[in-house]
Amino acid sequence: MKILVTVKEVATVEDEFEIEGTEIADQYLGADLNEWDDYAVEEAVQLQEAGVADEVVTVTIGPEDCEQTIRQALAKGADRAVRVWDDSLEGVDLLDVNAKTEILSAVVEEEDPDLVLTGVQAGDDSFGATGVSLAEEIGYQWGAVVNHLEHEFDGDVASVRRELEGGVEELTDIELPAALTIQTGINEPRYASLRGIRQAQRKELDVKSLADLGVDESAVDSDLELTDMYEPESESDVTVWEGSADETAAELGELLRDKGVAP
Amino acid sequence: MSDVLAVTDHRRGDLRDVSYEIITAGRQLADDTGGDLHLAVISGPVDDFAEKLNREGVDAIHTVSHGEEFNHDVYTQTITQLYDELAPQYILTPNSVNGLDYAPAVANELGLPVVTDTIGLSVNGETLTATREMYGGKVETTNELEGDAVVTIRGAEWPTADGTGDAVIEAFDAEIDEDAVGSTVNGFEEVGGGDVDISEADVLVSVGRGIEEEDNLELIHDLADALDATVSSSRPIVDNGWLPKNRQVGQSGKVVTPDVYIAIGISGAVQHVAGMKGSDTIVAINTDPNAPIMDIADYAIHDDLFDVVPALTDQFQ
Repeated sequence: MKILVTVKEVATVEDEFEIEGTEIADQYLGADLNEWDDYAVEEAVQLQEAGVADEVVTVTIGPEDCEQTIRQALAKGADRAVRVWDDSLEGVDLLDVNAKTEILSAVVEEEDPDLVLTGVQAGDDSFGATGVSLAEEIGYQWGAVVNHLEHEFDGDVASVRRELEGGVEELTDIELPAALTIQTGINEPRYASLRGIRQAQRKELDVKSLADLGVDESAVDSDLELTDMYEPESESDVTVWEGSADETAAELGELLRDKGVAP
Repeated sequence: MSDVLAVTDHRRGDLRDVSYEIITAGRQLADDTGGDLHLAVISGPVDDFAEKLNREGVDAIHTVSHGEEFNHDVYTQTITQLYDELAPQYILTPNSVNGLDYAPAVANELGLPVVTDTIGLSVNGETLTATREMYGGKVETTNELEGDAVVTIRGAEWPTADGTGDAVIEAFDAEIDEDAVGSTVNGFEEVGGGDVDISEADVLVSVGRGIEEEDNLELIHDLADALDATVSSSRPIVDNGWLPKNRQVGQSGKVVTPDVYIAIGISGAVQHVAGMKGSDTIVAINTDPNAPIMDIADYAIHDDLFDVVPALTDQFQ
């Protein structure tokens, strides 16, 4: 089985920051491998160690600067990486789901994996939609928000659990080939070993342009336009009850009765 | 066309709250576009659901009786057919785990843009303006797009719709291609102990690090019993194994929106606040007047929880 894992370097923001236009000012930004993707990589590497997968390839859309982050996945055990970048992607401040789908689907067609693992969402723009959109585009089956994947496959069927709201998990069988969006907590992502980090430097990292993939430049034209960014307003307007514990508890008791929620 | 098609969410025989919230969001959009609000009710006891969903502002409800539970292939096929039939300007779906399992597929199949996890929406002519968060809620953004789109809404951002509507309820004859259904739901399992869904509770008695020791949790359980409320917690309590995972409020736990949220010994880290800021009324009991929880609390008691909590329990016993 061949597994393709989509990975993304995401921007991280310091607690105190400033906004310039529709972006957070550079000096307050850091970069890291997207948290959800870290779990997706771990799941793929575990499948490889279990002898289920024979090759794990990562794919990312990102500039040269992100290679160090992408090599983290190689250091953890992925075999090789594909990085898509293009002059037409320079200066694009929001790549929407359709654009990512079109670019990534071209890579999937080239690589022809049995399983595509993506993170549920990215920690920066948090669309949570690319994995499922990609699956539909390439004609794969899919499952969103997977927090358990059986490592023993029953033929061409993946048995997964989907993490629904309210502490409920859905037990689902999904035919391969499929794309699964991986939720945090599905496993315990490893730290890369020093040996892994050294090896990662020598692993293959292919850079492809849109032309290499046969994707038209118009793919990067997002339908969605970011028009404003601001800090959410604080709603602080607290009423402090003073007095002894009995007095303040009485105030709270009265509030609960007023709200009609006390028995 | 200027209509809005909103898709409802249900699980194991019950409509989820967001199904009533999406009526409010959908009506608002339809008012902006000057169109009708259509609801899609797919799978499960659809006639019963349709009756419940027939609230003020709904113009038409389309029921599709196919299977009991959610299946993304059935939803995707049905919604794309409804889009062809009704030609709405917007398809609105919950940004739930199931919403995220079909909305992007619907959008891609129809060649429409998709904008997810919106917390505010308005339309001016053909331009949709969607408000959404980035960087884990550190910033809000506005985003514009032209023409038809698939939009998912975050739960608990819009109020639930009330009243009784006079919607036309009719069965929609969707053609489901069973060969294209590639996934099978075999069942459900409650995890983390018990069958409590803290996101459905009216009153949450929520406990944090300030409780100090596991044995002290009894105070919290006593209060919850006296109030007929539900116990929830911040992350450290679950990490310590003192409460099961399904009690955890926050980004990595549950998002809750009770009528009253009583935060006891919770400092209010941003990850926790993300899970409970939508509560109607927030009461914080904490010795530290500068704890971040005070920024979003409506009422506060700056006192020792070991004094206040028993005094409160006494009132209701």
